[in-house]
Amino acid sequence: MQGLDAQSLKSVSDEIVQAVDAAENLEALDAIRVNALGKKGRISLLMRELGGMDADARKAAGQALNIVKDQVAAALEAKQFVLPQAALNEKLATEAIDVSLPSRPSREARLHPLSRTIEEVLAIFAEMGFQVAEGPDIESDYYNFTALNIPPEHPARQEHDTFYLPANADGQRKVLRTHTSPVQIRTMEAKEPPIRIIVPGRTYRSDHDATHSPMFHQCEGLVIGDGIHMGHLKGCLIDFCRAFFGVDDLPVRFRPSYFPFTEPSAEVDIGCTRDGGGLKIGAGDDWLEILGSGMVNPRVLANCGYDPEKYQGFAFGMGIERIAMLKYGIPDLRTFYDSDLRWMRHYGFLPFDAPSIHAGLVGGAG
Amino acid sequence: MKFTRDWLFDHLQTDRTLDEILDALPMLGLEVESVVDRAAALAPFTIAEVLSATQHPNADKLRVCMVSTGSGDPVQVVCGAPNARAGMKGVFAPVGAFVPGIELTLKAGEIRGEASNGMLCSEREMQLSDEHDGIIELPADAPVGVPFAPYAGLDDPIIEIAITPNRADCLGVRGVARDLAAAGFGSLKPLDTTPHQGSFDSPVRWQLDLDGQDHLCPSITGIAFDHVANPASPEWMARRLTAIGQRPISALVDITNYVMIDLGRPLHAYDIDKINGDRLHVRLAKPGEKFAALNEKTYDLAADMLVIADADGADDLAGVMGGERTGVCADTKRMFLEIAIFDPISVATTGRKLNLHSDARYRFERGLDATAPQIMAGHIARLVTSICGGKASHEVEAGRGVDWHRQIDLSPEKLKRLTGIDLPAERQKQILESLGFIVEESASSWQVTPPSWRGDIDGAADLVEEIARIHGFDHLPVMALPRTHVVSQPAVNAEQLRPLQLRRALAECGLMEAVTFSFLAPKEAGLFGGGGAALTLVNPISADLSVMRPSALPNLLQAAGRNQDRGEADCALFEIGPVFLGDEPTDQRTACAGIRHGHTAPREWHGVRRTVDVFDAKSDAEMALGVLGVRTASLSVDKSAPDYFHPGRSGILMQGRTKLASFGELHPNIASHFGLRGPVVGFELFLDDVPLAKAKGPARSLLKMSAFQPVNRDFAFVLDTDVAASDLLRAIKSAAGPLLSDIQLFDVYQGKGIEDGKKSLAVTITLTPQKATLTEEEIEKISAAVVALAKKNCGAILRG
Repeated sequence: MQGLDAQSLKSVSDEIVQAVDAAENLEALDAIRVNALGKKGRISLLMRELGGMDADARKAAGQALNIVKDQVAAALEAKQFVLPQAALNEKLATEAIDVSLPSRPSREARLHPLSRTIEEVLAIFAEMGFQVAEGPDIESDYYNFTALNIPPEHPARQEHDTFYLPANADGQRKVLRTHTSPVQIRTMEAKEPPIRIIVPGRTYRSDHDATHSPMFHQCEGLVIGDGIHMGHLKGCLIDFCRAFFGVDDLPVRFRPSYFPFTEPSAEVDIGCTRDGGGLKIGAGDDWLEILGSGMVNPRVLANCGYDPEKYQGFAFGMGIERIAMLKYGIPDLRTFYDSDLRWMRHYGFLPFDAPSIHAGLVGGAG
Repeated sequence: MKFTRDWLFDHLQTDRTLDEILDALPMLGLEVESVVDRAAALAPFTIAEVLSATQHPNADKLRVCMVSTGSGDPVQVVCGAPNARAGMKGVFAPVGAFVPGIELTLKAGEIRGEASNGMLCSEREMQLSDEHDGIIELPADAPVGVPFAPYAGLDDPIIEIAITPNRADCLGVRGVARDLAAAGFGSLKPLDTTPHQGSFDSPVRWQLDLDGQDHLCPSITGIAFDHVANPASPEWMARRLTAIGQRPISALVDITNYVMIDLGRPLHAYDIDKINGDRLHVRLAKPGEKFAALNEKTYDLAADMLVIADADGADDLAGVMGGERTGVCADTKRMFLEIAIFDPISVATTGRKLNLHSDARYRFERGLDATAPQIMAGHIARLVTSICGGKASHEVEAGRGVDWHRQIDLSPEKLKRLTGIDLPAERQKQILESLGFIVEESASSWQVTPPSWRGDIDGAADLVEEIARIHGFDHLPVMALPRTHVVSQPAVNAEQLRPLQLRRALAECGLMEAVTFSFLAPKEAGLFGGGGAALTLVNPISADLSVMRPSALPNLLQAAGRNQDRGEADCALFEIGPVFLGDEPTDQRTACAGIRHGHTAPREWHGVRRTVDVFDAKSDAEMALGVLGVRTASLSVDKSAPDYFHPGRSGILMQGRTKLASFGELHPNIASHFGLRGPVVGFELFLDDVPLAKAKGPARSLLKMSAFQPVNRDFAFVLDTDVAASDLLRAIKSAAGPLLSDIQLFDVYQGKGIEDGKKSLAVTITLTPQKATLTEEEIEKISAAVVALAKKNCGAILRG
């Protein structure tokens, strides 16, 4: 029959697909679907005509008609999806906002360079088997001086600029510890060797100017053990300095010096350059003093009840502010204690940025 | 300790350069603090002759000089010095020279219309002294055209080294030279120590009146000098003293100062004609005795102070400072010179008590060469007579002598054991001997006698240091510390870990970490429950930093004030650090305090900004306690916070009967004391108060998650305003029983629809069944129980 020849079917298909494309909304689309595929739709009516055909013609026409039916159904389905998206897009277009507006403020706080630096020091010494020990800030004269081989009229006492508390009924006056070294004594009194301790803490001296603060921080180290000699002191402190400053070939120099509680004693210098006014830590033509150290004085060992013939070891101490200033380029000591928000934002450290050996000891940018 | 290169070379025979020596000194333990080469700075300055000096046509006080510089044509210089005149020799600075005293580089120019091409200099302009009355006048035979600095002896660099307290022997130039010689940097030149032959008996004698305390003055020698002159010092001596910053006074005074620097040996010179009597008594001061010192101050002496006195009383504070009354002066004809050893502790104690510092005290209290009174007397006597003429007496001596001989056992193996340095015994011995030690060998060990000038040497460790120091610390082996574990262990224990974690947590909550001083002003200490004499420093830096802090809050509040003054009113700070409840170690606490001032955020358009309130502080405190391992759900709130908080907006977080943290809005009086304009809240806890959680190992308890749907039920209760919300919540929790998995108070309302004195609290509860989905009846039953207990315990009525 004429309605089922290829030409006619194509025109039916094209006509319906065009109508689908042109549909402007879901109602119109539904009307097209009913007109095409509904019980009395054009394609359904054509289907009925197949019944009157002979077998061969019916098969051919049926196949052709099914293709048309599929094409129409596919067009309808596609349009069914597209039409609501268009409506959604229109709605979304009206919802646009200016995303260049600032986001909600985040709370940005930082850790102090001092606590950060102490943690870096601890991370390195932990790697070398040290454990943290602590002691009181208000000390007895005995722990701060006498036990450390600094008797009352020793000239070294005058260099300590000690803060004193009033004398008690026995005439004893407590001091604010002038160094973290009393913790050496407290530790040796409390336990037997081997000892490897690292002692961070507040220390006090009655001096206040551009390069001295009445309160500052020190970190003390003490190692007592079998066969520990000054070569170990040297190795340990070279390892520390290179790890702390992150300079593999950092020159480290040991100079003879004097501390009443060590014998022999050594000051430790690291290499630096001062070219162009800026200070750079590393191999260079100049030296910076950063540590005091030495073999524990036999008198100190004896004061703690150790047999100096049997035990020996080394001790060292460093200023935390000083190494923090050198490492992080902080110019002024006094700013550490001022709690100036601008300073803390600039020199502080983000709290998640924890120093560790595996993740590195150089803090993220300020 | 300052000296010059040539001064050092008086004692050290060496072919090493100054630079080599300067590199060596720090490696011997003698730290070089500065080296000043004045010749370098004065290199362009030459000797010149003024050929003519005529009145400047346009200026009364200026002269136009033609100056011969020794080469080329004479140079015209306009000069304002009143002494500029034809024929004089002076110091000329050419155009291009930098003149240190006026910090100016000279340019060719005109002064009032007359060309001026350089400068005739005063001493001040060359920074040689403060003299500026005229230009320098040199002797007529000064060679024109020759550089001035070498001519004037200024080409002798000044070296300053720091001497550690043990090295009293290096408080004299000779000691420094001895160390350098021992280290192979030359040889020590001999010092003529032959005793002098006195030609008469001293008119003054010593008398020790020490009542059995003879150790205070073990040795004292005196030499009288007759017919001495006391002119200005010879130029070489004056130059050296000037170079190290000492003003030359007169030959007799300068000799005592020179010997002190040269040999580290303090002396004191008396004018015999001012001494009353023929005895100088060495004794302790008498009660009420006064002493007028050379520094023109008068001191009240205490009975434990050692003095030297004549018939009129004390006029020398032994080892500390001489007296005004009997000191030498320009007219002195007869001098009595004291060479003494005093007890270092006595000198130190006296000096400290009187707060009197001197170069002599500095040396006496560090310990002097015990043999100096005998060994150096001849040298010193010859120095005096060679400069001042006259004749010297026989020596007069007193004291039982210094017992400085001691032997220290040293095994040559000790060096390796203590330092790791492997050095042949022979070389060790050689080093000790080069430093003046006497080494006697026995079968197993050495007996080492330190020299008389090394009172600091105390035991074998000191000897090892001497050997290692001279051999060089560069030779110390570098040994890695033996590892105790293959995988390193934590450095902190559970208690020490807490501040580290707390710091991070508080910073994550938006609080900046501060580090403030452990002391504060008495006023602030008092406001925060502290202060008192026992915790007040005897010698504070200032009153503002005089009391050990009872709390970390005041310093943080002060810091907020400083930030407010800088334009940052919104400020959130915390500090973890010590506070002090007493002066015993057990009285020290580790406080964690935080404050928030102003607003929670900067001005912004989202509307999240609000002023801080008590619940910010409460939340900070709860968070901190949570980090410390406290189960915050178990905390209760007590209203008895310290009085520096607002009485109605503060509280204490309690665990049972234990106070763990205080929090609140700061009392308005406190806020205004610190000048804070915005609302300010804070919290504080002591880490020591929070018990450590029991170590349970890393494994968590087994989590049971319900497979059944949770249900929510909301309740709005009306109750009296003075009933605590926490009481209502506790009642609800109790009534809801074990199925309760969450409870939130989501609304607080007072106002229209609620009668006065009442409030409405809205609460939602979440019930999570474990065995089967809840039926409506079960839910109703729980709801009814909640409503009933809320009414019974809190008088709360379910809102209709």
